[in-house]
Amino acid sequence: MNRTVLNWIGTAELRAHPGRILLTASAIAIGVGLGFAVHLVNASALNEFSRGVQAVNGDADLQVHSVTPRGFDENLYPKLARVAGIADASPVIELAAQSGDVPITLLGIDFFRAATVTPVLLGRLALNSSAADSLSGTDGLSPDSIFLSRTALAALHKGTGDRIEVESGGKHALLEIAGTLPGVSGDENLAVADIAAAQWRLGTQGFIQRVDLKLADGADLGRVRAGVQSVLSPDAEIVTRQNAETRAGTLSRAYRINLDMLALMALLTGAFLAYSAQALSVARRHGQFALMRVLGMRRQSVLTEVLFEGAAIGIAGGAAGVFLGWGLAAAALRLLGGDLGGGYFSGTRPELVFDPAAAVRFFVLGLFCAVAGSVLPARAAARAEPAIAIKQVGDPADPRKRPGAVLPLVLLLAGGAAALAPPINDLPLFGYLSIALLLAGGIAAMPLIARVLLAPFRALRLPAPVDLALKHLWGAPGQAAIALCGMVASTSLMIAMAVMIWSFRNSVDAWLVQVLPSDIYLRVDSGDGDALTLEAQQRLREIRGIAEIRFRKNMPLWLSPERPAVDWMATQMNGHDPSGILPLIGKTVAVPAGAIPVWISEPAHWIYGYTPGQWISVPLAVQKRGQARKFFIAGEWRDYGRQQGAIAMDLGDYTALTGDQLRTDAAIDLAPGADEARVMADVRAALPPATSRNVTIADSRAIRAVSLRIFDRSFAVTYLLEGIAILVGLAGVAATFSSQTLARSKEFGMLRHVGVMRRQIIAMLAAEGALLGIVGVAAGIGLGLAISQVLIQVINPQSFHWTMDIRLPLPLFVFVAVALIAASAGTALIAGRKAVSRESILAVREDW
Amino acid sequence: MHRRVIAMLGVVAAAIAGMGSARGLSGGVQFPSVQPGRMFQFPADHGAHPEFRNEWWYITGWLNRPNASPVGFQVTFFRIRPGFEEDNPSAFAARQILFAHAAISDPAAGKLLHAERIYRAGFGLARAATGDTDVVIGDWRLTRSPDGKFHAQAGGGDFALDLSFAPTQPPLLEGESGYSQKGPKPDEASDYYSIPHLNVSGTLMRNGLPQAVSGSAWLDREWSSDYLDPRATGWDWTGLNFDDGSALMAFRIRGAKQENFWAGGTLRDSDGTVHAFGPGDVTFLPVRRWQSPQTGADYPVETVLRVHLPAGDREWRLTPLFDNQEYDARRTGGPVYWEGAVRAPGGSGYLEMTGYFHPLKM
Repeated sequence: MNRTVLNWIGTAELRAHPGRILLTASAIAIGVGLGFAVHLVNASALNEFSRGVQAVNGDADLQVHSVTPRGFDENLYPKLARVAGIADASPVIELAAQSGDVPITLLGIDFFRAATVTPVLLGRLALNSSAADSLSGTDGLSPDSIFLSRTALAALHKGTGDRIEVESGGKHALLEIAGTLPGVSGDENLAVADIAAAQWRLGTQGFIQRVDLKLADGADLGRVRAGVQSVLSPDAEIVTRQNAETRAGTLSRAYRINLDMLALMALLTGAFLAYSAQALSVARRHGQFALMRVLGMRRQSVLTEVLFEGAAIGIAGGAAGVFLGWGLAAAALRLLGGDLGGGYFSGTRPELVFDPAAAVRFFVLGLFCAVAGSVLPARAAARAEPAIAIKQVGDPADPRKRPGAVLPLVLLLAGGAAALAPPINDLPLFGYLSIALLLAGGIAAMPLIARVLLAPFRALRLPAPVDLALKHLWGAPGQAAIALCGMVASTSLMIAMAVMIWSFRNSVDAWLVQVLPSDIYLRVDSGDGDALTLEAQQRLREIRGIAEIRFRKNMPLWLSPERPAVDWMATQMNGHDPSGILPLIGKTVAVPAGAIPVWISEPAHWIYGYTPGQWISVPLAVQKRGQARKFFIAGEWRDYGRQQGAIAMDLGDYTALTGDQLRTDAAIDLAPGADEARVMADVRAALPPATSRNVTIADSRAIRAVSLRIFDRSFAVTYLLEGIAILVGLAGVAATFSSQTLARSKEFGMLRHVGVMRRQIIAMLAAEGALLGIVGVAAGIGLGLAISQVLIQVINPQSFHWTMDIRLPLPLFVFVAVALIAASAGTALIAGRKAVSRESILAVREDW
Repeated sequence: MHRRVIAMLGVVAAAIAGMGSARGLSGGVQFPSVQPGRMFQFPADHGAHPEFRNEWWYITGWLNRPNASPVGFQVTFFRIRPGFEEDNPSAFAARQILFAHAAISDPAAGKLLHAERIYRAGFGLARAATGDTDVVIGDWRLTRSPDGKFHAQAGGGDFALDLSFAPTQPPLLEGESGYSQKGPKPDEASDYYSIPHLNVSGTLMRNGLPQAVSGSAWLDREWSSDYLDPRATGWDWTGLNFDDGSALMAFRIRGAKQENFWAGGTLRDSDGTVHAFGPGDVTFLPVRRWQSPQTGADYPVETVLRVHLPAGDREWRLTPLFDNQEYDARRTGGPVYWEGAVRAPGGSGYLEMTGYFHPLKM
């Protein structure tokens, strides 16, 4: 019998207030949908990247890779081939190259070794190539032959049998497309040629970039790794496919996790909304529940009923959220790309991969939020004394009692403490816990805060409607708190994000001015593939209108197998003085005599634990005995551009160490009166035609504008999430008001009876709304400021390894305050006009 | 006349031919050609002759096992000089390519067990030394020790060989004192000597279990720079050790209509008398054919070999150890051919038949 009654109560509630339940469910759905969409997009992008890695690596069991593009001594190859447990070793030249303006990864392989180690890299000879005029079969050992992946063929608009010019590191080779690479899947622009030809014509004599290894059957990977490690020189490292994927993952992980967390915050707002909706619904049905209790229903059953309603909302919202997430992810991939505008996986447009496990996870999360939001109201409903509750429809909280301060205080203090905890696994998990605790504490403190904020108004002489509104809020603190919690949660999150982004943007802007002191910048986009040779550098120096041109060599350098390469920057400094070139922070350390100084970026400090004054071993220009070089860290500089870390050194030192004369970047100061546009055109014209297609030449203003545009784009998704959170919060306020005003129709009737005019009641409701809005905005901004400090001081340094100067977006505060107060007054007004109808006069009669 | 090398060149032939058409024959490299009247010198001629285009060390034979039937085996090491871009200073430049092939003909298995290696010479991982036999290809090697014994290590997958070969007779110079003509043109020839009646001892590893083996083997050494005549479509070769100490090598090269295009051979009697055969002296007469179920190729697995001697014709009926001794090397870029252990009255040896699946094209 009980079950039937409970079903009946639940169904009746749904029938009576479908809109409100729908809204709660959709709040959950939005939270689940956002979280799931962010997850799907990231998973798809990583999946795509991993396939790319696989294509280039040819799926070797184990790989030894050089830590610099220059490579390592080729005599490592026979040593590796002889390691116990290695069945075969395949040496590979891996070069960043291009043909025309198409960047290509060029692999020089020994076809005989690749046939057993990485057979997917073997080309298939095309019948129309001249190399195929002979016996049927194979491989194209010819120094003229090159095999291209399907993607590369399409990008070059060439077919087999055609000749293409390939360039890398200032060297050129004319090669015939002898066939395709049928084993290579994915969208990689891959070219395969003979290793000897590639080394001679495009690479560096005596150097190779990697050795692919095949394990003997039954060999123990751990032991083989140790054996391989023991013969490695410092400029080579073991790479497995997992490493490469981890590297890609690491680069974007913080960004992805942060997006995930923001999505979860939206879900949290949904949970607060579920709470407020359930609390109201329970409050309104106090009479009903009391009646059922009097009729013999047990306390436990009431609890179950309310939780069951919450679960129903959670199931509906969670299921809708999964579908919503799928749709959002598809749309986001089409519009923003695989990195959601973060700039981590350039150029790939991944295929959406559905992840059933994650779908279940997010669905359960939504369900959990809805049920968790119902726990407190359910307990309140179950606890109520039926004898009192059956008569009382008002606020269960006693207005004479001061609201408790212990729980909010504990939550807020715990939140503060969590902010001090170190990152876990490079992720600021405690930082997010801190935000959640601060949020919960702030909301738990709402009754108290409302009292404190409203107290000053009580002393004032106010017009009757406003006075009535104030008295109502004062007398029913519980309802006020419930109405506010969704709004406070969303407002505070939005304010926190806004403060963080504004501070960040200002710091980036200031940093850009510091790091771009010259007028014009030139960058070779393909890295070493088409770097500036000595001859090209000389031609640039001779251009009229250039007062000074400083060249720079940028290259990736792998310092750890688990992490992405740092950006190694060799830049012209005036006698080891980087001030004016690098935005130095902290103090500079005196360089010991004879030491080669380097300057580390802030992320390099955080990631590798480097500090100024320290000596570091770096596999740059490895000496003959296979020893890594020692460098002295002379200082630290702020860097927002390279999240993976960067290390700068003097260009003169670099050239002396490596003998490398190729340059990838140049900074140009104009002579007084020189025409910028003209100089830029002359620079481009002075470059070899192939290089000229692959350089970006921009003036510093343009770079700044582009950088800030990229910045804004990468936060576009954040803005979107915030906007949705605010809308959910406002919808919550509207729903709360409409249901509260409906529940208060008896009160309005009473007021009409004692002579209060309809207009005055509406004014009273508007005033209530405005007062609530003021309290909500004040609390939201206060809480938001606290949370923003967690974002700036904890989450950013821990996940992105940079710091920033705090700036407050005051105009935004004013705008948010005005908009929210107006919106809550407005929704109260609209709800009031509906409620104060003729029936309210009759409603007062209804009594029992 | 061996052998697979010319077809095995398929592995690199594409490249060589590609080079040829793209930038003139073999990048201008001049290969020496084989001349008659050369003086063979040992042990130097046991070593490599890297200036020639191709060369091989080719050992075939029978192994006796305790408590088991005998098996046939071959261990063959090849050297090729592709001859392109020899000015490339890279240590990876394929100046010499080395490959090797090993196979076991076990009637119990009913097919060939085989393994192969191919490397470009360099980095100490693969080499073919001059001066004496010393060929290394990855973990395979063929060497000759100062006591005159050859040693071979080869294998992979389901078998491995570790064998020593002790000569019991002096080298046999094939053709005209080692100048062996393969076609009507004088260039179409090789330097060629054999060492028959090698005493084999060592270990055969099958499925991880070592077996001590002994037996009798035949070493062929051949180097040249020239290919077969373009009209050739395949060949048959055999080398037989007879119980009386005599040894016979015979080959024929077939033309488009399976006719005898060229032939040759040598018989060394037990008393050491050497008879050289010209193109008209050797006949292979098919007796029984066997069609390969794997490839559909039709091989004359049982053959009567007739040679013309001053004292009159002699003939031997060659019967295979078992029929299915075909090897399909297409997966690694090689040809399809039959090469297996054969018995002859009073002796045993190896028979090789190529060009029965598709005509071999040069």
